[in-house]
Amino acid sequence: MTTRIDARFAELAKEGRSAFVTFLMAGDPDPQTSLDIIKALPKAGADIIEIGMPFTDPMADGPSIQAAGLRALKGGMTLRKTLDMVRGFRKEDNTTPLVLMGYYNPIYIYGVDKFLSDAKTAGVDGLIIVDLPPEEDDELCIPALKAGLNFIRLATPTTDDKRLPAVLANTSGFVYYVSITGITGAAAADSKVVGDAVARIKRHTKLPVCVGFGIRAPQAARAIAEKADGAVVGTALVDALRDSLDTQGQATAKTVAAVADVVASLAQGVRGAKQAAE
Amino acid sequence: MNQRLPNSFRTGPDERGHFGNFGGRFVAETLMPLILDLEKAYSVAKADPSFQTEMNGHLKDYVGRPSPLYFAERLTEHLGGAKIYLKREELNHTGSHKVNNVLGQIMVARRMGKKRIIAETGAGQHGVATATLCARFGLECVVYMGAVDVARQAPNVFRMEMLGAKVVPVQAGTRTLKDAMNEALRDWVTNVHNTFYCIGTVAGPHPYPMMVRDFQSVIGEETRKQMQEAEGRLPDSLVACIGGGSNAMGLFHPFLDDPSVEIFGVEAAGHGLTQLHAASIAGGRPGVLHGNRTYLLMDDDGQIQDAHSISAGLDYPGIGPEHSWLHETGRVTYLSATDDAALAAFMLLSRLEGIPPALESAHAIAKVTELAPKRPKDHLMVVNLSGRGDKDIPQITEILKGRKQ
Repeated sequence: MTTRIDARFAELAKEGRSAFVTFLMAGDPDPQTSLDIIKALPKAGADIIEIGMPFTDPMADGPSIQAAGLRALKGGMTLRKTLDMVRGFRKEDNTTPLVLMGYYNPIYIYGVDKFLSDAKTAGVDGLIIVDLPPEEDDELCIPALKAGLNFIRLATPTTDDKRLPAVLANTSGFVYYVSITGITGAAAADSKVVGDAVARIKRHTKLPVCVGFGIRAPQAARAIAEKADGAVVGTALVDALRDSLDTQGQATAKTVAAVADVVASLAQGVRGAKQAAE
Repeated sequence: MNQRLPNSFRTGPDERGHFGNFGGRFVAETLMPLILDLEKAYSVAKADPSFQTEMNGHLKDYVGRPSPLYFAERLTEHLGGAKIYLKREELNHTGSHKVNNVLGQIMVARRMGKKRIIAETGAGQHGVATATLCARFGLECVVYMGAVDVARQAPNVFRMEMLGAKVVPVQAGTRTLKDAMNEALRDWVTNVHNTFYCIGTVAGPHPYPMMVRDFQSVIGEETRKQMQEAEGRLPDSLVACIGGGSNAMGLFHPFLDDPSVEIFGVEAAGHGLTQLHAASIAGGRPGVLHGNRTYLLMDDDGQIQDAHSISAGLDYPGIGPEHSWLHETGRVTYLSATDDAALAAFMLLSRLEGIPPALESAHAIAKVTELAPKRPKDHLMVVNLSGRGDKDIPQITEILKGRKQ
């Protein structure tokens, strides 16, 4: 089975560059603006799009992404509407990979089988679920793989060589390396340390390794892109979105462009990276 | 008896931390290696007689155990039914049952070489117990507490600070216990290399629900022995309040396989079950939060809802996974008591027995006032007096003042 994610990494390998992966929260600050932003991302330079599924209790997220989730929920966002948003995006773009990222409870309440079938039909390619380690693979990971979706696992600095095989066993699409022990938007990662970690993971898998958490500026994105197959940026985009809102937290005429501009400059950073020696 | 019921209610959880369909390990990968280490360290400690000996020494001389099983003569007369005994956990050092668990976890943390302890707290009782034992063993202590709770449980905040702990008011979400737990988890993810998360109740990822229950089971074990000495037999019923449910689990667990013992857990019904409340079993359904699957208060989209209780310690939208399982198997009956009923029970016990209960424990007393009169005079009822009410006096004074106006 080849997904849009596999196809995208194959194209990028031919181009000889790393992926720029963006994260934004579905429905932030309202469903329509959020869809408009997502639609603008590929043109601005996003190679893979992660869409956050808002949750009231995001235990691995820092203040920026917590606030984005609460804005989205306040704007009436639900998991059903997130899937509507994916359908809206797919009307115009059938190649950019879409990955849903979030926490398990909303999916569990939606119903695992119904969610997987609705997500696949809507045009979702992969899932990243923060609170489902390999120990809970029966819950969603195995059913997702059967449904033809990639299940992208997080590997972290605490995932040692002994544990890596278990973490990688049912991972597909790519591996998401969390570059720091911490929450989203916290301290920046040192690119030398990240390079060593990526090399370590690559000894265990042929999958592409993307790196996230702590990347905010084009220079940092470039440094990471030289060490990994992709750089993920979330908090910096969410912050740009937040800064474009009016005092009531509503979208303004500048909101879509504000996010697209930051995406474009980060994408330039990633595209300027020298390809890591394989 | 239903054939699908287990032979024993005391063998759980399984090796993956499941109590039936509940429990598990729903945590970020960053924490998973540490949780596996903790599971190993705890199982080694549990099998080591010197661990038990050391713990028993501290329980006796530092905590002041065993706690008395006290015949509440005037409450019994007043209600005119069952003979009521109070398990006096409020007499423990630090003023509640929380210290039993904290002592155990701190001893495990020491074995694991962890020097920094973090905890979440609602009413502040768990925070106080953690700050106390960190002072005793010379460990750094950080306590996360919702900003709303910091305001309504001021005496406990002062106590924690006096004991050398850093209290961090949490401004996120509803600014109560659930958000304090989110923030503690975020700290843990960030400082996983040197930090031990001392969870205050029978919730969280495996092995916490099991480990906390084991450390709290001293309550039920003592009760068995003390009731045998006092009455020459087992009690007929047990009653305890439930937020996460650690004092209840500790009292219940040693009696789960005695079918003659009726067991009642009391959730917080807040303003009433059709309004804002904190009764996860009465008003919730199974979902996944804070590392385990259990009954939770949530909306149709799986978003966690705000809980409400007059008592900060019960103000949590979930319940320990073993309670969810005991509910579904029917072994324990879960009831609820409102804010007003708890307040009335607080006054009743203060006036009749000279024992102001914590507002948490007052929920259990409130239910006793309904259950006891319907039972015969030879019925032996044990209620867990899990904490003392001193911490609640400023809040109750305010409420009573408001009502007079």
